[in-house]
Amino acid sequence: MKRFIGFIKKEFYHIFRDRRSLFILFGMPIAQILLFGFAITNEINNVDIAILDNSKDSTTEEIINKIGASKYFSIKQVITREVDIASVFEKGHVKAVLNFEKDFSKKLIKDHKATIQIITDATDPNTANTITNYVNAILQQYQKELNKDINVAYQIIPQTRMVYNPELKSVYMFVPGVMTIILLLVSAMMTSISITREKELGTMEILLVSPLKPFQVIIGKVIPYIFLSIINAIVIVMLSIFIFNMPIQGSLLLLGLESVLFIITSLALGILISTISATQQTAMMISLMGLMLPVILLSGFIFPISSMPMPLQIISHIIPAKWFIIILKAIMLKGVGLEFIWKETLILLGMTVFFMALSVKKYKIRLE
Amino acid sequence: MSKSKVIQVEGLTKMFGDFAAVNSITFEVEKGEIFGFLGANGAGKTTAIKMLIGISHPTSGKATVAGFDVYTQTEDIKKNIGYMSQKFALYDDLTVKENIIFFGGIYGLPRKIIKEKSDALIKELGLENVTNQLVGSLPLGWKQKLSFSVSLIHDPKIVFLDEPTGGVDPITRRQFWEMIYKAANQGTTVFVTTHYMDEAEYCDRVSIMVNGKIEALDTPKKLKEQFQAESMNDVFLELARG
Repeated sequence: MKRFIGFIKKEFYHIFRDRRSLFILFGMPIAQILLFGFAITNEINNVDIAILDNSKDSTTEEIINKIGASKYFSIKQVITREVDIASVFEKGHVKAVLNFEKDFSKKLIKDHKATIQIITDATDPNTANTITNYVNAILQQYQKELNKDINVAYQIIPQTRMVYNPELKSVYMFVPGVMTIILLLVSAMMTSISITREKELGTMEILLVSPLKPFQVIIGKVIPYIFLSIINAIVIVMLSIFIFNMPIQGSLLLLGLESVLFIITSLALGILISTISATQQTAMMISLMGLMLPVILLSGFIFPISSMPMPLQIISHIIPAKWFIIILKAIMLKGVGLEFIWKETLILLGMTVFFMALSVKKYKIRLE
Repeated sequence: MSKSKVIQVEGLTKMFGDFAAVNSITFEVEKGEIFGFLGANGAGKTTAIKMLIGISHPTSGKATVAGFDVYTQTEDIKKNIGYMSQKFALYDDLTVKENIIFFGGIYGLPRKIIKEKSDALIKELGLENVTNQLVGSLPLGWKQKLSFSVSLIHDPKIVFLDEPTGGVDPITRRQFWEMIYKAANQGTTVFVTTHYMDEAEYCDRVSIMVNGKIEALDTPKKLKEQFQAESMNDVFLELARG
């Protein structure tokens, strides 16, 4: 045990004496979270839209007023015929057209249902998606007000609810992704680099010739990174709570435990990478290309998985980060417990065991 | 098994596919001996050493190191040997003292002993003024000597040196060999590979490996007689040419 403590102490000397790793460990998480939180945003402001009001009654007027009054939209045009819809889009003046059906008010009172068609310019799919969501949120809000005074529930369709992010803050969506990337970066990339560094310097040979067992060497190298990753996870959560006022709906304990699981998954990946790469450069390239890129592109962090072509959707299943992001979003935004995310947790656990087994096998082959 | 034989190797072989990197080598090393293990690059020296220090499994043959079997008792072997590789192998970003403490620690030495050893070692190498300096800032020769001393910190029965003097100036090499003699006089067996044929003359006995086989094994003097050569360099060239 004492050997072990000495080993871990040495590992911390390495980390704290290397400015580069210190920056990746502590500068990067903070920079990323602030960057995603403040600079990169998919929120919309003053988007030009057109209205096609087929009923022109009190309800539609109220809704139109509400939409026009919000800071997200400005009503650029009012059109009167369906055939004009295509032409306003073609001219590119507006990003969306709201089409109220005939006798909106009457239907709402009689059938408790009325329909609005939201037509968006999907040349920019992300914005289109966001616009739809924002309109829905406003409708939702209006409907709530409507139903407050009246006993009968009125329903405006479409009914896509934005319950998980009612204020439509994009930072809420980014925090789980950024947290995933940072934990992966710190755990997988830093460990793989630090293990290959020992190989490159020839110290690994010395360690293997010593009475330390190979698995002790690996665990000794990994433990400091588990510790630092946990600190990072805490920093990220704190930043999102205190700087971005992000509410964490679910249990912090569960959040912590799931994060530790993902950290271990990433470490297993890091060890695996270090067994197949001979130099620090290779380890870094494999980590960046093999881990970071798929996470950014395919994990659902930036681009929704549901809008990917089928082959990519299938590939996304084998990316551990995808499952962790689902778990994080579920805990942070929906506030659900383990009963809703046990499947994802199990998948992540399975992957961890698989990667560990694989790296143990690889490691042994290398020793032969 | 004779007690004074600390390494016994018989028919040791390592195959990589069809290629025999080490092809049935047989030799013995006596306690306190300085055994030179020579050969051109790719002759199989490093592969042979790796089998002896327990980080590579032989394909066939027998070998014991410090009385322990290389197949089944590698853990015991590791406790009883020191190793210094051709790559310089201390941590550059740790200080002299931290390196000593770390390597003493992984051999499980008690803190008190490590302290005593490190004080003695620092004094012997004349490193008193740089104990708290990072090893990376020391000249290569000093590092090399420190590395050798560190490989002896747990008083191993045998120390394996894989090209320990690569890239070092002649004066430092001379000093290095004085340290090797000192260790051997204190009863440590030294198993050393080298490229420098003048160093081969310093060994008690040398073996010369060519293409995975030991082609010659004797004292430098006898080898020179046998090959009617002026120096070990000529002996080596004679053999390597085939």
